[in-house]
Amino acid sequence: MEGFYDWFRWLYDATGINLTIIYDAFDRKRMISGFWMTVRLCLICIALSVAIGVVGAWLQGSRLKWTRRGVQTFIALFRDTPPLVQIYFFYFGLGALLPRVENAYGIPEPVLTNVQWAVLSLSLFAGAFNVEIFRSGIEAVPKATVEAAEALGYSRLRAYIHVVLPLAFRICLPALNNNIVNLVKTTTLAYAIAVPEMLYVAKQIWSDATNVPEMMVFLLLAYVFLVGWVVWVMGRIERALKVPGIGL
Amino acid sequence: MRRSILAISMLAAAAALPGAAAADVLDRIKERGTLVVGVKTDYKPFGFRDPSGAIIGIEPDMAAEVAKKLGVKLELVSVVSANRMEFLKQGKIDLMIATMSDKPERRKVVQVIEPLYYSDAVNVLLSDKVKVTKWEQLKGAKLCGTTGAFYNKDVASQYGTDIISFDGSEKPLIALKQGNCIGYLYDQTFIAGKLLDDEWKQGYHMPLPGIMETPWAIAVAPGEDRFAKMLSDMTKAWMKSGQIIALEKKWGVKPTDYSERMHKEYKGS
Repeated sequence: MEGFYDWFRWLYDATGINLTIIYDAFDRKRMISGFWMTVRLCLICIALSVAIGVVGAWLQGSRLKWTRRGVQTFIALFRDTPPLVQIYFFYFGLGALLPRVENAYGIPEPVLTNVQWAVLSLSLFAGAFNVEIFRSGIEAVPKATVEAAEALGYSRLRAYIHVVLPLAFRICLPALNNNIVNLVKTTTLAYAIAVPEMLYVAKQIWSDATNVPEMMVFLLLAYVFLVGWVVWVMGRIERALKVPGIGL
Repeated sequence: MRRSILAISMLAAAAALPGAAAADVLDRIKERGTLVVGVKTDYKPFGFRDPSGAIIGIEPDMAAEVAKKLGVKLELVSVVSANRMEFLKQGKIDLMIATMSDKPERRKVVQVIEPLYYSDAVNVLLSDKVKVTKWEQLKGAKLCGTTGAFYNKDVASQYGTDIISFDGSEKPLIALKQGNCIGYLYDQTFIAGKLLDDEWKQGYHMPLPGIMETPWAIAVAPGEDRFAKMLSDMTKAWMKSGQIIALEKKWGVKPTDYSERMHKEYKGS
């Protein structure tokens, strides 16, 4: 292994291509943990945002006027503001208003950490889009199908879970895939509140080693790999859910 | 029609390229009539904004002297630690006077002006509640930092602190105020300046000794030897006349050992 690292040291001396993330133990460790932080952020935010989408779309079809208006306000708030502004707002704005707990030094510390704020804000941001994406799917389900379910004695919630959602989900999958891919890329914004994900770590490393082009290329490739993997998984899901004969 | 315009503009660009490469930065500054200098705007008193938004401080004053010597107008560009060397490399600024510590890996990217104009150490602005006397006691502690500061990595690996860093110096200070970290790891002169502020006088202190003393460097783009020579002579003249000490006093900083040492050294020459 040492020989492998030495080769990259030699590469730096010979060509000026400085890949500290391979030969420097400290940088390597933080880049690996940065990669896992990005993966974790992605998985948690995808799960939460899809849940927000499913529940939000259900509430959007509610018979109660104020519930519908509430969902509309939520969408307007989180879809129409830039995600970076939201992250700053949550961390620096809202964070200051929350209750605090004293840490070991006796300093009052906010209850939510920067990672938790990032998860919250990114999930809400992507969730707002998902509500609309699921709505597009729900509206494409033929009215006759819903009426048939009602005639069979399904309540609104049961019909939603067993009839409308499974069909709507298949219809809106391409749009959902787009939004999830976008979400994966948006996780880089968490660097602004010092969440140690890949972009943050890359920035630390290029500040220390001034290897900006190398780190940029690395980041680009890392995200191509990550998003490629997400797209592949979503493609698998799409194929597995295909219902032959109904054109969905 | 559109295609021919494109072709002409491409030809013009191609023709302009070798010309731009041959002329050095001094010619370009004179032709333009302005000297563009990258300075900090969040580093009181070295570079900060007055209530009207104008950039003032020790480094803007130094930049003004360079512009005066060249007989051109001065334009100040706000830079942060993470982008200042890139700006210089890309030609967005002609000269950088932005509290940059001199490091060997930085010398590979930009051209550093000798003698080095200033020197500073690293320290932590800590909450009063944190009672420590040694750096080793900060093991595992969460410190805020500024992205691009060279010592973040060294402090993290030497003392085992957990550093969460932000762009610029405003955000880490807010994060410190809000309790997201117990201290702010930064340049000692900056922290000393902050502790003079009413906002930070109460509840914060700097109990640790300064570490990793490093000189600061003015820098130009690589290969700009003529400009570098001129700046080097100017720095020597500043040290001789005690100009840097005078600027420190003007902006309320206690003159550092380094400034006084250099003044003494060059006074006789």
